[in-house]
Amino acid sequence: MVDYENGKKVLEVSHLKQYFNVGKSDEVRAVDDISFDIYEGETFGLVGESGSGKTTIGRAIIHLYQPTSGSIKFNGEEIIGLKDRQKMQKFRRDMQMIFQDPYASLNPRMKVKDIVAEGIDINHLAKDDDDRSKRVEDLLETVGLNKDHSSRYPHEFSGGQRQRIGIARALALEPNFIIADEPISALDVSIQAQVVNLLKDLQRERKLTYLFIAHDLSMVKYISDRIGVMHYGKMLEIADADEIYAHPLHDYTKSLISAVPVPDPEYERTRQQLDYDAKLEHDDKERKMVEISPRHWVRASEDEIPMYQKRAQAESLVKD
Amino acid sequence: MQSTEKILQVKDLTINFNTYAGTVKAIRDVSFDLHKGETLAIVGESGSGKTVTTRSIMGLNASNAKVVKGSLMFHDKDILKMNDKELQSMRGAEIAEIFQDPMTSLDPTMKIGRQIAEPLMIHKGMKRDKAMKQALEMMKLVGITDAENRINDYPHQFSGGMRQRIVIAIALINYPEIIIADEPTTALDVTIQAQILRLMKELQDKISTSIIFITHDLGVVAGMADRVAVMYAGKIVEYGTVDEIFYDPKHPYTWGLLNSMPTLDTADDSLPSIPGTPPDLLDPPTGDAFAPRNEYAMKIDTQQEPPFFKVSDTHYAATWLLHPDAPAVTPPAQIVERQKKYKKMQQALADEAKQPVKEEEEL
Repeated sequence: MVDYENGKKVLEVSHLKQYFNVGKSDEVRAVDDISFDIYEGETFGLVGESGSGKTTIGRAIIHLYQPTSGSIKFNGEEIIGLKDRQKMQKFRRDMQMIFQDPYASLNPRMKVKDIVAEGIDINHLAKDDDDRSKRVEDLLETVGLNKDHSSRYPHEFSGGQRQRIGIARALALEPNFIIADEPISALDVSIQAQVVNLLKDLQRERKLTYLFIAHDLSMVKYISDRIGVMHYGKMLEIADADEIYAHPLHDYTKSLISAVPVPDPEYERTRQQLDYDAKLEHDDKERKMVEISPRHWVRASEDEIPMYQKRAQAESLVKD
Repeated sequence: MQSTEKILQVKDLTINFNTYAGTVKAIRDVSFDLHKGETLAIVGESGSGKTVTTRSIMGLNASNAKVVKGSLMFHDKDILKMNDKELQSMRGAEIAEIFQDPMTSLDPTMKIGRQIAEPLMIHKGMKRDKAMKQALEMMKLVGITDAENRINDYPHQFSGGMRQRIVIAIALINYPEIIIADEPTTALDVTIQAQILRLMKELQDKISTSIIFITHDLGVVAGMADRVAVMYAGKIVEYGTVDEIFYDPKHPYTWGLLNSMPTLDTADDSLPSIPGTPPDLLDPPTGDAFAPRNEYAMKIDTQQEPPFFKVSDTHYAATWLLHPDAPAVTPPAQIVERQKKYKKMQQALADEAKQPVKEEEEL
């Protein structure tokens, strides 16, 4: 269990803005004033449709973009505009990423051992060649691959195995924070479960903290401790995974959850899908995240707060 | 909506692909029927042969595909024996396909109205003006907003969901008897997916077409299908009505598939997964292809391929577990829950069926 009272915050994102083409007519506010924290050992799920800005957040956090404004603190240290070479190197070691497409994210001309050891080489972590091979073999075994696989090329592997190689590469530098950007959406159902279980086991063994970005809502609920729902670059709701599914407060979250297909024909026959009118967000009212019930935050304007409070009350009555 | 009229009968279809590495046994002895107005879902992992099966129905397999045996009867004609001309007049007219990726299945250099009207002009010899008028009607039917003004737009001017609506419009314009939908919503967001699925169901009711729906998402299957066929390593391993497959599955692979999808109420610590990977179809293992990944496998599974065992008139499964001599096994807990639910549902149905009889007695 994550300790939200006294636990350490690994990542603190506050008022992050990431705009593209600033000042031009086609300015895009991909991420607009978003704040959230991730605690040590926690998995924070980020869900939203394509174009909602979830991948942009991940990339801004790992320093692939220069944010327009805001602050990102990693282990208490501000990383936006980080210049110090040594600190930068440490940051790049401590935070790693697992990518969506296991076909595009592995260099087809490199052997598996070189892919996995790339970070080890750059950081000069291996004493000699034997040490390097041993590290690679250990990593491959950790992710459920065979050490014989190390001298093969990516095309010799299936999608699930490739994603395991990607995970081994991310683990090579012993990070404590991993951003997983839709790591399973390109995989078959039976393989998805394998990879998700692997990520969970690794988290337990290595005390990892995850930012898990996805659009498959049922998988996100399964892996995450808390979930943030994004829409059009804004965070609309943050709550514990069970809470957000059982008692969603924001209309968009409700519509998103009602759209998830469930492998149960009886449920599907009676399913009511809720439509969401995005115009409601564009009435120029000032909205900010408000904690409606403990650890359950909703983006609301001053006059909407009572409505959400009423909703939460009604929901808690259902609970009892 | 459904009838028992069979419009498509696939029998013992076996297709090999000759490649440099050897002969890939892509599908083996695939048999199924498609009834008028029904939706048949074919479920399976990538490489299980779903797409090869439907490609052969369209006559679209690659040139290195070799039909070893089998027949594909569409009404009373065998699609496998058709020549190119006959295939061309069937494709897009009587059988149409909705492809997976709306980003690549439209011609980027052609206005969408023209793309929707094209099948009418080609198959029915319709004049351009008339065809465009029908295209406009179809655009409205599939819910493209402001259709009059958008008929001369290009595909890149539309969002993913709208593009898939255009693809559907093209597939529907000739009111085909069969629509093959190959993962039509995989590339879309859940909310858009829900809209497209709803649209497909409505349109199916309107023009009573049959749909073969290919997907690996069991959630989508539960909402769309009347009957389900589960494929593994080039073979159908289980088929039945949607209720039979979801509430009373018999094949361990179906169990594994259902188990490895977290539902919104799956507990947090235990997502069962199917171990291992699908077999290499260059050299399929002897016996049951699923045996190496199957915790319920018996000795016979590694020696002899299981035949289909009948569960009910509509439900068949190819697993030795159904053999009368097989030891009784308990399926995974989640499956037992599903079976319990099924029994309750059937009980409720039976009770309902009894009720009117009682009333008659009282009268």
